[in-house]
Amino acid sequence: MLDPNELQVEIVQILDENGNGDEEKLAAFSDEWLLRAYREMRRARVIDERLLRMQRQGRIGTYAPFSGQEAAQIGSALALRKDDWIFPSYREVAVCLMHGMPLEQFFHYVQGRLSGKRMPEGLNIFPTQIIIAAQTLHAVGCAWASKLKGESQVSVAYFGDGATSEGDFHEAMNFAAVYNVPVIFFCQNNQYAISVPYRKQTASRTIAQKALAYGMKGVLVDGNDVLAVYETMKQAVEAARGGEGPMLIEALTYRLGPHTTADDPTKYRRPEEVETWRTKDPLHRLRVLLERRGLWTEAQEEALVAQVNDEVTAAYEAAIASKSGSIVDVFDYVYSEAPKLLAEQKEEVMRRKQRSGVR
Amino acid sequence: MIEAINEAMRQEMERDSRIIVLGEDVGENGGVFRATDGLLEQFGDQRVFDTPLAESGIIGTSIGLAINGMRPIAEIQFLGFVYQAMDQLAAQAARIRFRSAGRFSCPIVVRSPYGGGVRTPELHSDALEALFTHSPGLKVVMPSNPYDAKGLLISAIRDEDPVLFLEPMKLYRAFRMEVPEEPYTIPLGQARVVKEGDDVTILTWGPTVPLVAKLAAEMQTKGVNAEVIDLRCLQPLDIDTIIASVEKTGRVMIVHEAVKTGGFGAEVAALISERALFALSAPIVRIAGYDTPYPVPSVEDDWLPNAERIAEGIHTLLRY
Repeated sequence: MLDPNELQVEIVQILDENGNGDEEKLAAFSDEWLLRAYREMRRARVIDERLLRMQRQGRIGTYAPFSGQEAAQIGSALALRKDDWIFPSYREVAVCLMHGMPLEQFFHYVQGRLSGKRMPEGLNIFPTQIIIAAQTLHAVGCAWASKLKGESQVSVAYFGDGATSEGDFHEAMNFAAVYNVPVIFFCQNNQYAISVPYRKQTASRTIAQKALAYGMKGVLVDGNDVLAVYETMKQAVEAARGGEGPMLIEALTYRLGPHTTADDPTKYRRPEEVETWRTKDPLHRLRVLLERRGLWTEAQEEALVAQVNDEVTAAYEAAIASKSGSIVDVFDYVYSEAPKLLAEQKEEVMRRKQRSGVR
Repeated sequence: MIEAINEAMRQEMERDSRIIVLGEDVGENGGVFRATDGLLEQFGDQRVFDTPLAESGIIGTSIGLAINGMRPIAEIQFLGFVYQAMDQLAAQAARIRFRSAGRFSCPIVVRSPYGGGVRTPELHSDALEALFTHSPGLKVVMPSNPYDAKGLLISAIRDEDPVLFLEPMKLYRAFRMEVPEEPYTIPLGQARVVKEGDDVTILTWGPTVPLVAKLAAEMQTKGVNAEVIDLRCLQPLDIDTIIASVEKTGRVMIVHEAVKTGGFGAEVAALISERALFALSAPIVRIAGYDTPYPVPSVEDDWLPNAERIAEGIHTLLRY
């Protein structure tokens, strides 16, 4: 009999919460790499905190912060090639930035502009998915196309623990394994789907073990350890690119903030729990390591934070200074060519716009 | 008609190596109605895929395939099963172009048999076209004869938008018709005037077209000159042909198998009242499925639009 209680799922960790780790494993990472990972995570954190504040000030719309999940996002994105495909949910801002999304682009999105929906040409980032787990199937299809065309890109589906309850997740895992396509299912288990905790989401002790039922490899990684996430993702990417098929990665992490700016997490989480996870902060442990090695100082930290703050301000100002689209534009993106009845509606809107323009 | 559909796919797959076919039982078995018969043999297992039994998976992966350069033709085995894939169709495929502000498009064709009168189990016969016409971004095509089926399917395959291609299963083998061997296209959004007339306009599509055409021919011998229009596409809709006919006859009947309330006939009636109200001599008559779930086989003939109900409707129109 298969007994889930007998299944041993070990968590991959290289750097613990105090910045310590196996020297041999740590030696695989150059100082430059460590500094880059830290800089990218710090940049992401500063951006996230600014966006949260800007929403409170009414300068942007609803926002889903990712603070606490920087290692999972930056570590996984660092292991990708620029032409690999990313299928994000709405909490993957750091992934998208790391993969090349201009920050100004994101401001267009959170300011509710049509231009915010269009990723620049050449960036293989699919539009932000709102429906939970729907993008997992798109990633599988995209990877399938790469395989059929004999191209070497991998596709990555990003999603959270809640998404693993959706039917699309299971269908995607199944299709991916049956067709052995180069896709990676990257689950950030931040332990809450809005207010619903992991234990109410699934009776499975880990998400990683769900892979077995589909005939796929699964791995559980400390999602707050950017080194472990990178190393795990790199292995998955190499395997997928090498024709070994899909993999499920569960990055165990914690959302330090609310689900979105419309949510009050104190209603469903005890402050002690949040404090416990603050001690496991993904930035803290890497900074400890960097400082111990004499690679990072408080002055450098302050300079970086100031620099990113300037970057955010500049991106925000560029976004608001750019021309905002109008209602007329929405008719252009429904079909390749607007059918007659739709074209009539567009003309009606244009006539009204012209009239009000005259007044 | 089934042969015309098969030939359209075969010829398009020969023309364009990006076209692949996927769905339940479409490979070895050639589809439960044999629509994809022989495609696996001819094009191999990297072009024709028997998928796992998962409708959302079929449509969702088709979307990913399409955005990365393939041209998938997906089959939903019976249209009643499409509810399983409604998010992937209405909230995903339909919106890819919009969601990316034109960066991506989603050129997929979703073929599906539908329509009643063939004594199926539950959820095999339902006419669900209005679900898709209410989802901006999708095109909805419904052939009613072999010639149209081939030309419309080739157009659908070459289209840059997601197309629902709904095949009346009652008509798969209902009658034979000469179909040109070479590939040809019929533009999406052009209705076909099946029979000209000036007493009454009958608008219909899909499985009810042959029935209405036959009745109209019989009426002709009794002195009623009906114009029959097969809409062929509901999105895009050929409103000009509809309005021109209404202005000629002043009397309109709409016939469809789908349930009446919220059916696409209601939309057509509303468009006519917006554009040609004063050309009407009589209230618009709708002959449709009743507002119940599609019934059991033993009573479906009385549920579907049939000769008796349509004749009654025409007499009602002519009383004015």
